[in-house]
Amino acid sequence: MIPAAFDYVRAGSAAEAIDLIGQYGDEAKFLAGGHSLVPAMKLRLAQPTVLVDIGRVADLSYIREDGDQIAIGALTRHMDVENSPVLAEHVPLLAHAAGHVGDPQVRHRGTIGGSLAHADPASDLPATTLALGATYVAQGPNGTREIAAADFYHGYFTSALAPDEMLTEIRVPKMGGAGWSFQKFNRRAQDWAIVGVAAWQRGSECGVGLVNMASTPVLASSVASAVAGGASAADAAEAAAAEADPQADLNASVDYRVHLAKVLTRRALEASAG
Amino acid sequence: MTMTDDTTGVLGQRMLRREDPALLTGEAKYTADLPIPGALHLAVLRSPYARARIVSVDTSAAASMPGVTAVFSGADLAEAWAGPMPCAWPVTDDMKSPTHYPLAVGQANYVGDGVACVLATSASAARDALDAIDVEYEPLEAVIDLEDALSDRVVIHDEIGTNRSYTWDLKIEESEGDVDRAFADAAYSVKERYIQQRLIPAAMEPRAVAAIPQPFGGDMTLYSSTQVPHILKVMTALTLGIPEHQLRVVAPAVGGGFGSKLNVYAEELLCAALAQRTGSPVRWAETRSEGNQATIHGRGQIQDIELAADADGRLTAVRVRLIGDMGAYLQLVTPGVPLLGAFLYAGVYELPKTYDFSCTSVFTNMTPTDAYRGAGRPEATYAIERAMDSLAAEVGVDPLELRRRNFIPTASYPYEAMTGLVYDSGDHDKAATLAAEMIDYAGVRARQETQNVPGATKRLGIGVSTYFEMCGLAPSRVLASLNYGAGGWEAATVRVLPTNKIQVVTGTAPHGQGHETAWSMIVAEKMGVSPDDVDVLHSDTAIAPLGLDTYGSRSLSVGGVAIAMACDKVVDKAKQIAAHQLEANPDDLEFSGGEFRVAGSPDRAMPLAAVAFEAFTAHNLPDGLEPNLEAHTTYDPPNFSWPFGTHMCLVEVDTETGEVEVLRYVAVDDCGNQVNPLIVDGQVHGGVIQGLAQALYEEAVYDADGNLQTSTLAEYLVPAASDVPSIETGHTITPSPTNQLGVKGIGEAGTIASTPAVINAIVDALSGLGVRDVPMPASPNTVWRAINEAQGGQQ
Amino acid sequence: MDITVTINGKTHTADVEPRTLLVQFIREQAGLTGTNIGCDTSSCGACSVHIDGEAAKSCTLLAVQADGCSITTIEGMAGDDGSLHPMQQAFMENHGLQCGYCTPGMVMAATSLLAENPNPTEEEVRLGLEGNLCRCTGYHNIVQSVLACAKS
Repeated sequence: MIPAAFDYVRAGSAAEAIDLIGQYGDEAKFLAGGHSLVPAMKLRLAQPTVLVDIGRVADLSYIREDGDQIAIGALTRHMDVENSPVLAEHVPLLAHAAGHVGDPQVRHRGTIGGSLAHADPASDLPATTLALGATYVAQGPNGTREIAAADFYHGYFTSALAPDEMLTEIRVPKMGGAGWSFQKFNRRAQDWAIVGVAAWQRGSECGVGLVNMASTPVLASSVASAVAGGASAADAAEAAAAEADPQADLNASVDYRVHLAKVLTRRALEASAG
Repeated sequence: MTMTDDTTGVLGQRMLRREDPALLTGEAKYTADLPIPGALHLAVLRSPYARARIVSVDTSAAASMPGVTAVFSGADLAEAWAGPMPCAWPVTDDMKSPTHYPLAVGQANYVGDGVACVLATSASAARDALDAIDVEYEPLEAVIDLEDALSDRVVIHDEIGTNRSYTWDLKIEESEGDVDRAFADAAYSVKERYIQQRLIPAAMEPRAVAAIPQPFGGDMTLYSSTQVPHILKVMTALTLGIPEHQLRVVAPAVGGGFGSKLNVYAEELLCAALAQRTGSPVRWAETRSEGNQATIHGRGQIQDIELAADADGRLTAVRVRLIGDMGAYLQLVTPGVPLLGAFLYAGVYELPKTYDFSCTSVFTNMTPTDAYRGAGRPEATYAIERAMDSLAAEVGVDPLELRRRNFIPTASYPYEAMTGLVYDSGDHDKAATLAAEMIDYAGVRARQETQNVPGATKRLGIGVSTYFEMCGLAPSRVLASLNYGAGGWEAATVRVLPTNKIQVVTGTAPHGQGHETAWSMIVAEKMGVSPDDVDVLHSDTAIAPLGLDTYGSRSLSVGGVAIAMACDKVVDKAKQIAAHQLEANPDDLEFSGGEFRVAGSPDRAMPLAAVAFEAFTAHNLPDGLEPNLEAHTTYDPPNFSWPFGTHMCLVEVDTETGEVEVLRYVAVDDCGNQVNPLIVDGQVHGGVIQGLAQALYEEAVYDADGNLQTSTLAEYLVPAASDVPSIETGHTITPSPTNQLGVKGIGEAGTIASTPAVINAIVDALSGLGVRDVPMPASPNTVWRAINEAQGGQQ
Repeated sequence: MDITVTINGKTHTADVEPRTLLVQFIREQAGLTGTNIGCDTSSCGACSVHIDGEAAKSCTLLAVQADGCSITTIEGMAGDDGSLHPMQQAFMENHGLQCGYCTPGMVMAATSLLAENPNPTEEEVRLGLEGNLCRCTGYHNIVQSVLACAKS
């Protein structure tokens, strides 16, 4: 319940945050909303020696149109993603998925950037942004770079971000009226998904992201290929686990996870078709 | 209702609770809320191994940390205890119980077993110091599986030489061999094995303790989040060697218990012992992840049940074999839990004297088990109600019809059961009929015909559970026959103050049940005053010195009845004073509406208020009568009380995912006369969801090495509002003839009835696919697997 | 680190360790013990308070993160005249509490829910309270309380 002691510094800008994290080195961590990090610290599963609080970095909370993309500031809260009229119009799948993160109290504080950077494969938004073909903008000592969601996730809680880099923006292509579906399957509403499927479909083109089916969020490319090749939803869904490598846990065996991925993918494809 | 005529109509009203304003505004103080200047904070280092020899404990680094006052290993404190941790229920004369101290000495026996502790000036300093204690362990093989434990392949506790704590039998036959003959002659029989998974009670308030010594005065006050302040006082005095009269135990606001706070815990004894040793107040607040390991668990049984029936499906014999999981040690009433169910394996059904029950309980390297809401009775009810569904399938009749054929007939009440216990009153058919109407049982069966067709992915199921609850613990002589270490009485004092306000002192210890409201209603009814004029004092042994506390749905049917009886004594005394004042014969006085009247002379009257003042001034009392209006009663109930009812659950099972959706839940409960129906319904709602949570969500999961996998509320799935259905309640009212209020208990009924209703519904939905049973909790994965296995692995 | 937090309209300035959780600050520094601690994983919601008007779990924030914020706890809900907040009143009238331990967090979550969705369906109420656990009531009367409050 009581975290181990640490030092705390607050950054006023992204540049300052990167400078601070650079000073403190490996044992330092960024703190955004804190809704992934603080619980781990309370159980002493995480014991950073320094927290660099980026929660007050100016101007990183926004959702705006930018050509054929929507740009979302990394510190935008889940609640604001969920209720954004811009996203409702252009990327309704993401808004909807954000409404399934945690519970209302968590959504009031947790941020999209924090959730993505935490790189938890059981979280809803990594797989959703992956399905949507999003790009993440990271800022480091040497400036900014763009990382495709498909290249971002390296394993459990590890990503392409360097220790002194922070996410500043998420760029999501407009869905252009594509059909979509978000299938989150869990035992309690507040929990992480046992398996989740985020899918969009426009004609024979589709994107399917899987939650909690490997050590990273999974882009189900084989499903997309099957759909492109004219397969029915049921047939395409049979390929749902082709890119997955699920683990067993208290809620699901491996074979059940694979089965669920297929069922939920079929349902998502059916729901997002036409 | 066996009330006298002088009712004011308070009983039976849906009166709002007087407890609520303080709880709703944050004004109520739980133990951790108490301001205690100068208190030292206790933190406990717990074994990370399920079984390990403690080779050495080096406390020196921890002791030198800032804010740390002292650090103790189990060995350091071994001399502090006058006796080991208490078990009050040695169920057999040869029961084996390993020595158990608040901190382990020599060997730790479950993950969470305390091995050392820290006192520090802040909670964070105490917590930090735990990480600096260096314990060298020699890990030993742990025993997790109950049948493995039974085999004694690995013996956990060398000192007792076996993992078997006891075997307790209850065999009832007219002549030897009757049970075997009944099974040999049976037209139908079923044999089933059910697993009662371990559960974590998870009261929302974690435990908390504070001990405040008076080093010079000699007294000690122990605050604890407990259901049993009186029992805790006796046991703490015995274990620490503190004179009982110098120990005061207070249970402030208590945030739920469900049996988990019906105990005497290591941390209570540690706080008291270390407060005594240091002369400083010592406090401790449990964290949730600590509590999941260190607060008792519930259930944990393997049940083998066999039913024999005649050609009509009427029961002719029941045989039960249990293995009970005691966990690593015996806590306060651990060994007695299976016995509380032993009398209920025939449910609400007629059974000849052909009953054979045997329970063997074993030690394992897991958290000790103990009473959890229902304690033994949910397990028994689950087994018989699940097995009745199996029997119905065997006989080929509807499960509800099979139950009706077996119900104890209403006309035979009071009914002497084959166990010798007398069931006070019941009308099972009435409750079942009402439940069936509410849920449209016949309509559901018709819908199933059209919905549950081959290939259907959403299958409808309805589950029935008819139950008895044996509660109102308990007649002291019956407890004696079960070797229980205390009586089952309850105490009450009713005191009319000079201004006609009434104080009630009760030995019950509420922690959410609303006793202050309910007890004031009883007094209001009996004394003709407003409930607002009644104050209820409880849960502080300095104010309420006598009592046996709150558990086992006993508070109303024992404690509430004691209050009513004390009221009668006060009225009797007041009548003598009034008669004296009115110059009448006491036998000619009537008491109603708070006023004494001379029969036939309505103008000769005296209100209770005037009598109370006369009793106080004592200026003109009858010769020989003591001043003041006060009476005390200690009531030992002549019988248990036997609430009953029928619950029905309607589910839809998604055969693709195994997900179960509870569409409707109907609970018809009969707890006799209701003091406050608002509270009765609340008890039913909470109980039903707790039982449903066992059926669908909850399990304390251990890995093969004895590590608890569900150590936080993120893994241990207490359901939220989003995960459970609304509940439709109905009631029949069959008063108990054994007490003057006609009441029975209601605290555990929902938990007892709901678990089998939910599982019966799931199995009913899937029976067309060949599924005969689904283990608990019926998670989607588990249900999916059951379907797969029934379908020969094809899905 | 020095922080200033406004709680129920009153300003609290204190030097806190960075690891101090907001719920500890509220209970120990401000002495407001109505906000309860029920778990250590953000699962139970007993510690819910309003931060700048929105429900949050005060055990999942560091006090330093709330520096400069305005917080309302259960003690700040009743009116100055001693009248209960309509949500508190609804819980009382509908028997939406038993042991009372989850109640402050439930009330704070429920008022935040109605602020965002003034006329919720029963299902929306149940989903809106997904982050708050209660062990006594089975939720039935909590849901009824919130629906009754919305109606009134």
